[in-house]
Amino acid sequence: MPADFISNLYLFILAGFVGFEVIKRVSPLLHTPLMSLTNALDAIVVVAAIIIAGRHETVLSTTLGAIAVAASFSNMVGGFFITDRMLRMFKTGRPQK
Amino acid sequence: MTSLATQQLLDFAFIAAVALFILALRWLSSPVTARRGVLAGEIGAALAVGATLLNPELVQYRWIVIALIIGAGIGIPLGMVHMTAVPQRTALSHAFGALSAAMIGIAEYYVGVPHVTRFEMGEISLEVIIGSLTFTGSLIAAGKLQEILPQRPMTYPGQNFVSLSFLSGALLLAIALTVDPNHHAFLFPTMVGVALIFGIMLVTPIGGADMPTVISLLNSYAGFSAALLGFVLNSKVLIVAGALDGSSGFILSVIMCKAMNRSFTNVMFGAFGQVQASAAAATEARTVRSASPEEAAAILAAASAVVIVPGYGMAVAQAQHKVRELYDVLTKKGVDVKFGIHPVAGRMPGHMNVLLAEADIPYDRLLEMDDINSELPQADVALIIGANDVTNPAARSDPTSPIYGMPILDVDKARTVMVIKRSMNPGFAGIDNPLYYLDRTLMLFGDAKAFVGDIVRELSGGAH
Repeated sequence: MPADFISNLYLFILAGFVGFEVIKRVSPLLHTPLMSLTNALDAIVVVAAIIIAGRHETVLSTTLGAIAVAASFSNMVGGFFITDRMLRMFKTGRPQK
Repeated sequence: MTSLATQQLLDFAFIAAVALFILALRWLSSPVTARRGVLAGEIGAALAVGATLLNPELVQYRWIVIALIIGAGIGIPLGMVHMTAVPQRTALSHAFGALSAAMIGIAEYYVGVPHVTRFEMGEISLEVIIGSLTFTGSLIAAGKLQEILPQRPMTYPGQNFVSLSFLSGALLLAIALTVDPNHHAFLFPTMVGVALIFGIMLVTPIGGADMPTVISLLNSYAGFSAALLGFVLNSKVLIVAGALDGSSGFILSVIMCKAMNRSFTNVMFGAFGQVQASAAAATEARTVRSASPEEAAAILAAASAVVIVPGYGMAVAQAQHKVRELYDVLTKKGVDVKFGIHPVAGRMPGHMNVLLAEADIPYDRLLEMDDINSELPQADVALIIGANDVTNPAARSDPTSPIYGMPILDVDKARTVMVIKRSMNPGFAGIDNPLYYLDRTLMLFGDAKAFVGDIVRELSGGAH
């Protein structure tokens, strides 16, 4: 078993608990933006995709990498964009007084 | 710059990104700071992507640039969809996330062969199976939400057995590959294919009303596939982002299951939605009282506290802007108007809140189930628009009801209950609602948008 695996497992467990504690506090009011924001953050897999596409090892790996770059970057751009659009709609107070 | 210094720069950029991601979610806890959270996430993502583009391992940028442009070209229109279409956009983005994770795992395998270790093979197989099934499952969910595919559960005898055989098949292939990673390369595409088919089979039998749970579960799978990919590539930023996304989806799935009083296995393998014979038989020989828009307007004008309970039917009828007008005219008359939001109202977690916020209803008027239930006994009127099962008192009182035990909005405790409904047909789950036969209940038959519009016209005196 590679040594990195154990430190990665520590990190995974800790990040899972941090996620649980932080997300538990998000009001149900914002559960839809929560899902689109975590989706945009998850799109960070684009960094792995960029490496695969840019190392240019085989035609297959470059093609798969490029598909992955496009798919995850669309999530990153679209996810942040729609989350902000939704959050701008949440206003407090009465519109007329 | 030496390669070592670049590597350290990369590491620091990733650490900053991870901290910013956690802050982003932390700030999302309140609508006041939420937009700052989006900004933090954007800065984190930009840092990580920018640093990656400086990585000395990259020898060719052409395909990266083309793919980034295509990605932006897909992502921007998907970020501009109408709020009613947010559930299908979200399902589609889970599909893209999972596709991306699966593609990278597949590329890693073919680059590594014939030097893949058993340990790496185990990780890659698991990652690729979860990524693949989440990809097709999310596409099916998006298709159902977009109504390209039928929303009703699609079932056949022995379905669970067939589906689980495919899952076992994929896992057996993964084990075979792990035992000998480099000599049976043809097993790898077979495993991917079987996992892709299993994803389709997993979501096809699930109906529209269960979509909030399914979307949350797929969110969780997409997150965990990214985290597993982080293990495969030894990338800490992926592990953290994937764990955050995975735990978020998991928490939402648990909330959705609790709100429907069902277990994961029941949602995934229990295809709900057939009309219950016992409930249907009981509908005969009971009378309902109905009222006109004029009568409804008079009752609302005389009330001092009104609770509006919107359901997915309100969104289908596109009635949210008329509901805002009703809110405005009642508020102007000094009536206290609040909204009671059930956790599974809409097609994904929190969907109803977004639809009402879009219609400019202030978010401090949108109350969660527990909060509104403590106010409903003091309410003069509970007005139900396009919601059904979440208001069904049988969930509290009738142990034979299929929804018995599901937490509901206690609208039957309000002095008067008004229900806007097209007809007496049972709701999505096919369960009769005894609420409609109570003495205090008035049925307002008609299209939600038109009926609310008529009430608003009466209240603002425009009809006379």
